[in-house]
Amino acid sequence: MSYENFGLKTEIRAGEISPSSENSWPVTFRDIPLREGEKPNEKTIEIKNDSVKAEPQKYNWKPLTDRFFYWLSWFVLPGALLAFWYLSTNVLHWFNESQLPPPIQVYTAIKEMYLSGDLARHVSISSQRVFWGFLIGSTLAVVLGTVVGLWKAGERIFDPTLQGIRTVPSFAWVPFLLLWMGIDEPPKVTLIVIGTFFPVYLNLVSGIRNVDRKLVEVGQVFGLNHWQMVWRIFIPASLPSLVTGLRLGIGSSWLFLTAAELIASTRGLGYVLTDGQSTGRVDLMLVSILMLSFLGIISDFLMRLIELPVNKWNDSFKAG
Amino acid sequence: MSSPIELIEVSKRHPGIVEDVLRDINLQVKAGEIVSIVGPSGCGKSTLLRLLAGLDKNHQGILRVGGETIQGPSRSVGFMFQEPRPLPWLTVRGNVLFAIKDGSKEKKEAKVEELLKQVQLTGSEDRYPRQLSGGMLQRTAIARVLAAQPQVLLLDEPFSALDAFTRMHLQELILSIWEKTGLTMLLVTHEIDEALYLSDRVVVLTDKPATIGEILEVDLSRPRDRNDDALLKLRKHLLEKLKLAGRKPEAVKF
Repeated sequence: MSYENFGLKTEIRAGEISPSSENSWPVTFRDIPLREGEKPNEKTIEIKNDSVKAEPQKYNWKPLTDRFFYWLSWFVLPGALLAFWYLSTNVLHWFNESQLPPPIQVYTAIKEMYLSGDLARHVSISSQRVFWGFLIGSTLAVVLGTVVGLWKAGERIFDPTLQGIRTVPSFAWVPFLLLWMGIDEPPKVTLIVIGTFFPVYLNLVSGIRNVDRKLVEVGQVFGLNHWQMVWRIFIPASLPSLVTGLRLGIGSSWLFLTAAELIASTRGLGYVLTDGQSTGRVDLMLVSILMLSFLGIISDFLMRLIELPVNKWNDSFKAG
Repeated sequence: MSSPIELIEVSKRHPGIVEDVLRDINLQVKAGEIVSIVGPSGCGKSTLLRLLAGLDKNHQGILRVGGETIQGPSRSVGFMFQEPRPLPWLTVRGNVLFAIKDGSKEKKEAKVEELLKQVQLTGSEDRYPRQLSGGMLQRTAIARVLAAQPQVLLLDEPFSALDAFTRMHLQELILSIWEKTGLTMLLVTHEIDEALYLSDRVVVLTDKPATIGEILEVDLSRPRDRNDDALLKLRKHLLEKLKLAGRKPEAVKF
C-alpha cells in the first residue's frame, strides 16, 4: 500500500516475516522511485501489528476499466441514436424509405459522394464560406464591440442601429442581398457575416461592461492612461466573454450558411439538402445534415482550443 | 524616497446625503512616519484614504503628498487595497512587472526578482493568482505596489481578511520594508493591536461625521514586543476611547 504525506510519496511494502519476531511486520518507508543501487530496506521501521497480513499482489484493473468507461461515455448517446435509427427502419419498419432511409443506405450515399469527389467539393465550398464569413463577422464584432463597450458615445452612435439590424430575421435579408450582390459568393458570405457578428458583439460588449471595478481601480492607482487601461485591463478582463461569443458565433455561422445555401446556390451542403428534397433523395438530405453537424462539431472543437489559454487563468468552475 | 502627507481642513460629503462623512480633518504625516487611523466601522476611514489616492473626488480642503495637491490617481501614491486584487490573467511575475514603468527588459526582470525575493515569493513566479493562498496574494500585492516606487504608501485594512499568523508575518514584512525604504505609511485598520504594533502615531476617528478624536503617540522603539506593558496600557486607553467614539448600542428588548 502507499500513501502521500508531506508531499512525500511513501510506500509501505509487506515484505518477508522478520526473523527476529513472529509478531512484527516489516515495513519500509522510502521515497519513490528508488535510486539506482539503493537498498529498499535501509530504513526499516518495525510496526507491531499482527492484524495486517501480506496479501498476494493482484493485477490492478481499475485504470483500465476507468479508461474504458471514459471512452464509452463519449459514444453512449450517438450509439443509442444510431441503434434507434437502425431499429426503427430496418427492423421495426416504423418509417418507409421515402421518409427515413436506413443507416446503410445513407452510408452508401456518403461513400458514393466521397468517391465521385462531390462530398469534398460541397464540404470545401461550405467551409470556405463559413471561414470567410466568420473571420469578417467576428473581426467587425471585435472592433465595434470594443468601441461600444468602452465609450458611451460609441454606444449612442452604433448600438441602436445594430440592435435594430439584429431583430431582423436572417431570411429577410436574402432577397436584398441577392438583389444587391448577385447570386455569387458575396451574398452568402455577407449573410454569414451578419449571423456571426451578433453573438460575438453582444458577448464582448457585456464582457467589457462587466469588468470588475476593483481591477479598473488597480489600473488607476498605477497611473495607466486611457489607452493603457483599454489594452492592459479591459481587453484581457473581457477575454473570457469574447471567447464565449466566438464559440456561439461559429455555431451561428453554420446556421446562416445553411440558410444562404438553401435559397440560391449550386454547390455546398445546403444545396445538397434542397437537391435531395427536389429529387426525392432523402438519403442525400441526411448526408447533408450529418455533414453539417460533423463540421459544426469540428469547428466548435477548434474554438475550444482558443479557450485553453484563457482557462489557464480564468478561475471558474471546471466540472470533474 | 519618501514624502510627507498633509490634510488640511478636509471634509467630504457623499452625493445625495446631507450629513458629512468627514469633517475638518487636519493631519500632518511626516516623511518616513507610520501613522494608523482607527475608528468605528463605517466611519469614513477608507473614504479618507481613497481621497488621498485620488480614487474618490469632490472633497473640500487640501490634500497634499510631497507638497503637491492630489489631482487624481498617481504612481507616486501607492495604494494597498483590502483585497489583494491581482490581475488574474497575469502570473505573479506579470503582476509585479505590470507596475514597473520604465527601464530595459533585463532591468525590469531583475527588479521583479528582487522584489519577489523581498516578499518571499521566489519559486512562485509563474503561478497564476487562482493558484495562490490569500497570504501569497497579498505578498504579490505588496511587491506590486513597491514596484511602482511610490513616495508614500496608503494601506486600506490590507490584512483584515487574513488569519492571525499570516497577518503577523505580513506586519513584520511591512516593517522590514519600512526599515529598508523609509516609506511614509498611512494605514487604516480596525485592529488596535496592529495599529499600536506598527505605527508612530495612532489617529482615532469619531463617528458620524468622522472628525479626529485623538492622536496618540506610540513612543516605543522597534522592534516592539507585542506584549509590552506600555503597549498594553495604550491598548486599554484606545479601547476606552473607541467605545466612547463608537455609536452606543441601544438596548434590545426581546
